[in-house]
Amino acid sequence: MQFMLLFSRQGKLRLQKWYVPLCDKEKKKITRELVQTVLARKPKMCSFLEWRDLKIVYKRYASLYFCCAIEDQDNELITLEIIHRYVELLDKYFGSVCELDIIFNFEKAYFILDEFLLGGEAQETSKKNVLKAIEQADLLQENLDFQICLLPAPT
Amino acid sequence: MSDVVEKTLTALPGLFDSQTGAAKITNRLRQLVKSITELTSKHEEENLIKQELCAMKEQVSSPNTSMKQMREIMVRAMYCEMLGYDASFTYIHAIKLAQQGGVLEKRVGYLAVSLFLNEGHELLLLLVNTVLKDLQSTNLIEACMALTVVAQVFPKDMIPAVLPLVEDKLSHPKEIIRRKAVLALYKFYLIAPNQVQHIHGKFRKALSDRDPGVMASSLHIYLQLIRESPDSYKDLTGSFVTILKQVLGGKLPVDFNYHSVPAPWLQIQLLRILSLLGKEDQSTSELMYEVLDESLRRAEMNHNITYAILYECVKAVYTIHPKVELLEKAARCIGNFVLSPKINLKYLGLKALTYVVQHDAKLALQHQMTIIECLDHSDFTIKRETLELLFRITNAQNVTVIVEKMLDFLRGCNDEHTIIHLVGKVSELAEKFAPDNSWFIQTMNCVFSIGGDLLQQDVPNNFLRLLAEGSESKEEDDQLRLYAVESYLTVLKGHTSHLPQCFLQVMSWVLGEYAHLQGSVDRREVIRLLTQLLDQRSVSSETRVWILSALTKIPEGQTDLILHLAERLSSSQDTVLRQQAQELLHLSQDSQLHEWVLPRGAPWDAIEVDSSLSFLDGFVSEALAAGAAPYKPPHQRQEELCEDRALNLEPYSFSLPVSLSSCSITDRQSPTLLSVSSGLSGNSTELSQKAGSSTLILEGVKRVWGKDGYLPQKEATAPLVDEPSAAVQPPVQQEAAERTEPRPELSTRNQDKQQLASSLFVGLGVGSSVSLLGRSEAPPPRFRKKPRPHESSSSGTSEKSSGSSCRSSHHTTDIFLYGSFLEEEPATSKSAFDHTPKSTTANGLSQNKDTKEDKHANTSQIFGGDMVIVRPSTIQDKHPPSESSDLTALLPADLKDLPHSDVISLTSDPSLSLSSCRLFRDEALLLLIFISNCTETVIKDVAVQLTCEELKTASLRGNIVDCLEARSTSVCHYALLMDDPHTNVSFTGTVSYQTQPGHTNTLPFSGTLSTADFIRPLVLTTEEYGKLWLSLSHDVKQNLKLLTDAGDPLRTTLNALKDALQLHVVDIIGSEGIVACRLLSGAPCLLHCRVSGAALVMWLRSPHPALPDCILYHCQRALAHR
Repeated sequence: MQFMLLFSRQGKLRLQKWYVPLCDKEKKKITRELVQTVLARKPKMCSFLEWRDLKIVYKRYASLYFCCAIEDQDNELITLEIIHRYVELLDKYFGSVCELDIIFNFEKAYFILDEFLLGGEAQETSKKNVLKAIEQADLLQENLDFQICLLPAPT
Repeated sequence: MSDVVEKTLTALPGLFDSQTGAAKITNRLRQLVKSITELTSKHEEENLIKQELCAMKEQVSSPNTSMKQMREIMVRAMYCEMLGYDASFTYIHAIKLAQQGGVLEKRVGYLAVSLFLNEGHELLLLLVNTVLKDLQSTNLIEACMALTVVAQVFPKDMIPAVLPLVEDKLSHPKEIIRRKAVLALYKFYLIAPNQVQHIHGKFRKALSDRDPGVMASSLHIYLQLIRESPDSYKDLTGSFVTILKQVLGGKLPVDFNYHSVPAPWLQIQLLRILSLLGKEDQSTSELMYEVLDESLRRAEMNHNITYAILYECVKAVYTIHPKVELLEKAARCIGNFVLSPKINLKYLGLKALTYVVQHDAKLALQHQMTIIECLDHSDFTIKRETLELLFRITNAQNVTVIVEKMLDFLRGCNDEHTIIHLVGKVSELAEKFAPDNSWFIQTMNCVFSIGGDLLQQDVPNNFLRLLAEGSESKEEDDQLRLYAVESYLTVLKGHTSHLPQCFLQVMSWVLGEYAHLQGSVDRREVIRLLTQLLDQRSVSSETRVWILSALTKIPEGQTDLILHLAERLSSSQDTVLRQQAQELLHLSQDSQLHEWVLPRGAPWDAIEVDSSLSFLDGFVSEALAAGAAPYKPPHQRQEELCEDRALNLEPYSFSLPVSLSSCSITDRQSPTLLSVSSGLSGNSTELSQKAGSSTLILEGVKRVWGKDGYLPQKEATAPLVDEPSAAVQPPVQQEAAERTEPRPELSTRNQDKQQLASSLFVGLGVGSSVSLLGRSEAPPPRFRKKPRPHESSSSGTSEKSSGSSCRSSHHTTDIFLYGSFLEEEPATSKSAFDHTPKSTTANGLSQNKDTKEDKHANTSQIFGGDMVIVRPSTIQDKHPPSESSDLTALLPADLKDLPHSDVISLTSDPSLSLSSCRLFRDEALLLLIFISNCTETVIKDVAVQLTCEELKTASLRGNIVDCLEARSTSVCHYALLMDDPHTNVSFTGTVSYQTQPGHTNTLPFSGTLSTADFIRPLVLTTEEYGKLWLSLSHDVKQNLKLLTDAGDPLRTTLNALKDALQLHVVDIIGSEGIVACRLLSGAPCLLHCRVSGAALVMWLRSPHPALPDCILYHCQRALAHR
């Protein structure tokens, strides 16, 4: 996978992950172009799109578009399922996820993505294992927060 | 819990002004997000973010900011960057945060780093120490974070620093660490393959890891490795098959199920690997038939994920060595896809069909109605994929309909990439299958006006070359040219302002070259039309040059018009135009000179170019005497630039007023300039004498020296690069007409569609040229005689109706035929090649017709009349050893003494077999392609086309053979140059040939070459070596394995390298050795080797940045394979 973009129906970017090195200008250009193209497509159309020399696979979940760029020889359907699995993971983690969850906790969404895909390839496809890894890291965070919260109290 | 708290906070903003860290973080971000959503204009947003960024800047530079606050700032910075604002001042703090913060801060810091910084970013170097520390940390989470960031962004040069630590993690007790380590190594492999070569053994361990997640991750590496060299991993086929069987059998933990399908990602990865392994390898393929069958069978649930697996499975079945039952099952699966009402599946079905029709064109027939529906689909993507499919099934009979469909699509399309892509295909089809001249020219007109200036330059170049070179019959060529002239005159009489530059250039060239063929048109009219173009504002200066060149060729007698024009232009601002106007003036005044410089109707290849530029010698020596600097080739200049970096000498090269523009033109190798400049350069001395003006001398110089140096050399080779396949074929209308008769048995759908179908799918039936498995383009000789042309078309239609039942039987026969053919091959090659080692000389076959005939007679005696005996095949050894030894005997006499590689077989089909051999010449690699006719009949119009993006073809010969006698072999030479080193380059190509008139078959082939083929020894003395060493800048250091099996380890190792890579060992002093080589006759590379313990420390230097890496890679390989 070359990159993954999440954007809203209004065309606002919500998450971007690039697995190929590109300069910022190029990234912005690609994002702008793709958001426009994908938003212009009608709901009954197929989820794939030939774009430059890449294939774009996208899917809409509520108000959010998930959009991945893959190479020509890659399998479009399995990419669609990668998106779906990522949504399942988000859903499980946030508990019926909505766009707001991702806006306000975008760093968490990134953490989950990094556990699921690494360097553009599926790292762990077991839902349980991904969430376990995230929870472990989160647990640490909560414990520390908890301590910090308690610390000022005695003084 | 925290989620709940946060959600409450969203609902009641400001109520809790909580002091907790988590809340604080989200609060600041939340405020930002909220205030942004409340804004109404982009301008307000910009202002707000600007303020926010200013505040952040202040905060980060304040010493009192705690790590925790920093973490919060970093989150906001990420948010701002996502909105498209520049927060680069925080990058360094992201690295600091990852370095100094506690686990929480680290996590955010690493995330920020991976989002902010690209692989090449210089700040990443500062991260290396942090990563090293965290990799050694006992804290599992820290180690995980470090591995995650390593697998995402890591500077290539720093890989050796972390590699040992990452390697150690492969045996870590925790599977999550092992998994991430494997993926990090995968990433390393992608960006620097030679760095991880020594740990391939550990990958095998990862493959047999007890944790399925680790094993699945290792497959990414294997897929990549096998894609690059399938032969080295054939032994793993069994393991992959076993793993797939276990997955299918549900042996993995239930966690890996996805919608109750066991580990679909793993399955797909394995199917891909298997298809790569089984490609063109029967014995390996046999190992996987069973599991593929099971895979096809299991995937029956109606869910996207099963279709994803099925698709991959179908692809695998059609890629590996064919097995009839599997092919049938796979074909049925494709039916499920294509007929599915779900649009995504339909798309994939089309994609699968596109892949499959290359092997079996008849499969498209079953789905013709669906394909036609898809052609009119409202979805752009579906339409485009359908056209792709049609492109694959195009033949001489349906070409007009298909091209029409493509052009229709193009007219309504505004996506640049699609246009370039499709227009290229249209022109390819037009050249290959054009039924007649007028259609061809008109289609090309559409191509040029639609594709316009987006077109890749080779489309117009090919077209012009085709017109210029023509075929055997001059009459036909002239007809085509005449038609082009007529059609262009019509176009130019209309509106011309909207025409693309490229089209105008083509038109002006053709008019300049061939307007004289058209007797009835007034020359003045042509000149008037072209002059009109010159006056148009929209015409670019490059096009003006083309137009003027055309005008230069036309005149004769129309001096008044020309004089007027030349005078007008001689005051032009554009120096090139002004110069051309001068030329025009001189040439039009002296008709004798004109005739000599631009001979009318001279054969294309008769123009001789004085590539040694001897006529310039006087000029050069004069200039040198006057104190001019001697000429240096570009690479030498580059070296000097590197040596002295402080001075930028670049701009001076542009100071010659003409060099820039002339370069841009001549680089394209336009035929116009070729003819003009070759004529001119041949005569420039004389011209200058006559005119006595300095401009003319300059002119000679201008065309000779470009930015890249020696231009005419390039041009000199250009005429040699023949365009294969005399593309315009004799009309086949009659046959086509017979075949396009609507078939009555088609279902009673809409009449139009039926008609469309019959015109689209004509020629895909049984009697056609495209046939099963893509192997036998024409039926083997024994069957060819039976059906007469008219019989075949009638029987073709009736057989088509019987449909699929017929198909399977054909399958089997073809396989049998193919099998028996293979079995025969060794014998064939022996009898054909044994006795005439000298049969093929440098110029191909023509000189040796007699010996060939003898041979022919001889073979037919040996084999008797009944050559093709159909019998079931048992062994199918594709590369019989006898063949190679025989083919080397065919090496042309002048090349016999050159060192050469073994002859390897490239590909074969029942008519032709191709082998190749590499010859190492000092200044180039000669790639010889042996084309052997395996049939008993003459094969006509054999044309080889070879493409390799990374290499340059310096010259070639013998790539077009008009007539290849039965059982004979022709040799085609390519001299290849490598300018930029690549570790391995692959070439692809096609051979097109005709076994019977009108049926062009193509046979694709491919192969790889390594840099080692382009390395030549560089003979130096130790002193010269020392001097050169100091002047070189790019260096690479690496430890290599030392061969210790015989006496002196250093000497043994260096000799091994010398043998493998053609290096020159300059000197060996004690434990150090110096070695030198160069890339053909270009950039040198010096190697300094020192024995240190059990390793060989190798230090490489070269003026070329990528060369040391490549050579190192091959050194490693050479030592590893000992």
